[in-house]
Amino acid sequence: MASSLAFEGVTKRYDTTEALAGIDLTVEPGSFIALVGASGSGKSTLLKTINRLVDPTEGRVLLDGEDVTTRDPTEMRRRMGYVFQGIGLFPHLTVGENIAMGPRLVGEKLTGERIAELLELVDLQPDMASRLPAELSGGQQQRVGVARALAGDPKLLLMDEPFGALDPVTRDALGTRVRDLHARLDLTTIMVTHDMAEALILAERVLVMDRGRIVADETPQALASGKGGDIAQALVEIPRHQAQRMKELEA
Amino acid sequence: MSAVWTALLGLGDVLAQHVILSACAIGLGTAVALPLAVWASRSQAVSRGALGFASLVQTIPALALLALFFPILLSLRAVFGPDLPTLGFLPALLALALYALLPILRNAVTAQTNLDPGVLQAADAVGMSFWQRLRIVEAPLAAPYIMAGIRTAAVWTIGAATLSTTIGQPSLGDPIFAGLQTQNWTLVLAGCIASAGLAIVADALLGLIESGFRHRDRRRWLGGAIAVAVGVAAAFASQVDWSRDDGRETIVIGTKQFSEQLILGRLVGDRLREAGYNVEYLEGLGSAVVAQAVANGSIDLYFDYTGTIWANQMKRTDNPGRNAMYNAIVKWEREKQGTRVLGKLGFENAYAFAMREDRAKELGITTIADLARAAPRLVAGGDPEWFERPEWFAVRDVYGLKFARQRNFSPTFMYDALRSDEADVITAYTSDGRISADRLRVLEDPREALPSYDTLIILSPERANDEKLIAALRPLLGSINVENMREANFSVDRTDGEKKTPAEAARALAKASGQE
Ligand SMILES: Nc1ncnc2c1ncn2[C@@H]1O[C@H](COP(=O)(O)OP(=O)(O)OP(=O)(O)O)[C@@H](O)[C@H]1O
Ligand SMILES: [Mg+2]
Repeated sequence: MASSLAFEGVTKRYDTTEALAGIDLTVEPGSFIALVGASGSGKSTLLKTINRLVDPTEGRVLLDGEDVTTRDPTEMRRRMGYVFQGIGLFPHLTVGENIAMGPRLVGEKLTGERIAELLELVDLQPDMASRLPAELSGGQQQRVGVARALAGDPKLLLMDEPFGALDPVTRDALGTRVRDLHARLDLTTIMVTHDMAEALILAERVLVMDRGRIVADETPQALASGKGGDIAQALVEIPRHQAQRMKELEA
Repeated sequence: MSAVWTALLGLGDVLAQHVILSACAIGLGTAVALPLAVWASRSQAVSRGALGFASLVQTIPALALLALFFPILLSLRAVFGPDLPTLGFLPALLALALYALLPILRNAVTAQTNLDPGVLQAADAVGMSFWQRLRIVEAPLAAPYIMAGIRTAAVWTIGAATLSTTIGQPSLGDPIFAGLQTQNWTLVLAGCIASAGLAIVADALLGLIESGFRHRDRRRWLGGAIAVAVGVAAAFASQVDWSRDDGRETIVIGTKQFSEQLILGRLVGDRLREAGYNVEYLEGLGSAVVAQAVANGSIDLYFDYTGTIWANQMKRTDNPGRNAMYNAIVKWEREKQGTRVLGKLGFENAYAFAMREDRAKELGITTIADLARAAPRLVAGGDPEWFERPEWFAVRDVYGLKFARQRNFSPTFMYDALRSDEADVITAYTSDGRISADRLRVLEDPREALPSYDTLIILSPERANDEKLIAALRPLLGSINVENMREANFSVDRTDGEKKTPAEAARALAKASGQE
């Protein structure tokens, strides 16, 4: 069963900034959600309140109906996949050891075959398993991060700009593959991205954040047909404009 | 050079003790520093406090730190009972471990603060518990830095461990201190070479482990670790007493740091061994330490001088005369310390005025009263303390001494000054071998203005009524005259080919004193 999520008045204040300004949101089991918005709008912070890397100043986050602060964080995190914005691989462990980390923590040993399978899933050669992260390109490292997040058979997949460092071709392929996986493994997925086109194509629900608030919560179809308000439309305008320019060039 | 080589070969035992002491101290330092560093990485206050404390410790000279543990452990006997050792291995271990703390702690804390916060967050995000994060992520990433700290600590500790000789723990400081006292430079050099060599080897092996950690090269760090373990294990094995307990009682003889004390220690030790005892020596103890050590039974006996006890321990400045002083000391030792003054060995090691024989004859001087008449035309030399000591004020006032000039010399140079006419008269030590070697005339003190410095054997409270021991020691009382003692001292202090070790000098002294 995929996980459900609910945010109730979630606010996070730092000394000078309000990173989250009262978020109310429910996420149905099995949904694929894209989170977009300007830099500093609170996307990463929102994601981190789910696995408790950040605890809200006010409000609460419910995972499958249970307040996350009442649960054992380590046990809870082992059942989520989390992909870091800044990659976050362990530099002293090989790619294979990095991928196998989640299962290792609960006393399971991932077979070489399974590691190879996960590497192939993110478009990497199985023989990369024995390399250290520093011996990989930025994009390759990011894909290892995705493979690691999937290794523990999570029910909830949280991805913070997972494809930021990838070339467009790999990015497109990987996006599609994650989307398929999401359906096949019955996941609930939240993906932060700066790319509205990616959000529109992959997600079934797009959330737009601005200064700690959710300013639009629409389906891709609704956004494409001009709904969601000014901020959301300003973001949609970019791929639309690009597509138009392409058409003009073709003509 | 072959002499140094021979001396080096004789250092096996103290080398092993040095290795054991250093290894235990570094081990203990590491065992304390690492948890402290983990705690410090979670709390700013702990971090500041721990590093501040370790830095403070570092500013205390190693010698003082070692000596400080004596009174500390002594006061801890109230808690741990009278069997808590106050000299030897335990205080040396604690002081050196404290000394080793700083480099390990500082490197461990630095390593932790420099860990990439993203990596730590990743560790949390994949669901690591506190211990898993420590073991799987923090420890391996910090290991090369911690190892570098341990390396620094090892080099410091091995160097500082030579000082543990002063609190009665055998180490490579033994040959260094003994050599410095007896001007046996071969011995000093051998001790220095051995301790420097040990430090270099330890540094290289720990460096191998460090680089193994850094490059994740298991063979390298495992090789280094095995080499270190084998070395330490060999040191331990060599120190295990394989012989069965022979049922003999062991007497611990403490001595201060100069030749005369070392010789007397060996003399008494030989005597006791003949009487069926096992004998251990704690040589080169500090003056204050040795007196307290006998009072609390860390040593069974030692040698001291009436004038020293009078001034330094009883804090008296008057001079009641030789017999009255001796009786007062016997009483004071018994009542205040619980120790027993067994008696006088027969010679004095006092301050006395000495002149070159020819000069004294020329001026017609045999007593200090004669000296006082000629003094306005003479230059007097003393050790750096002398002209500030109560003994000088006393003798000056009694005889009305007023020299043309007063000069300070280090003890070794005083005698040279006399020889080269830099001084006409010096304040020598009466049992110093150079008095007879340089054929000096020691001036008489008819009015007994200078306090006496009779040499005493003092027994610890537990031995105060040990009749068997006392019977073995009694023949020594009154048996050593000052000429024989001078001879023995000189044979150790001289720097030419006829130089003897304290043990050899002790045998010659026993013979000359009719003990064999
Ligand atoms: N630990 C922190 N201390 C203080 N302020 C913080 C902290 N973490 C985040 N912030 C602030 O909270 C706000 C939201 O940050 P957040 O990382 O959630 O943004 P984001 O939407 O993920 O941005 P980006 O797209 O650049 O990753 C920012 O203004 C940021 O400066
Ligand atoms: Mg972010």
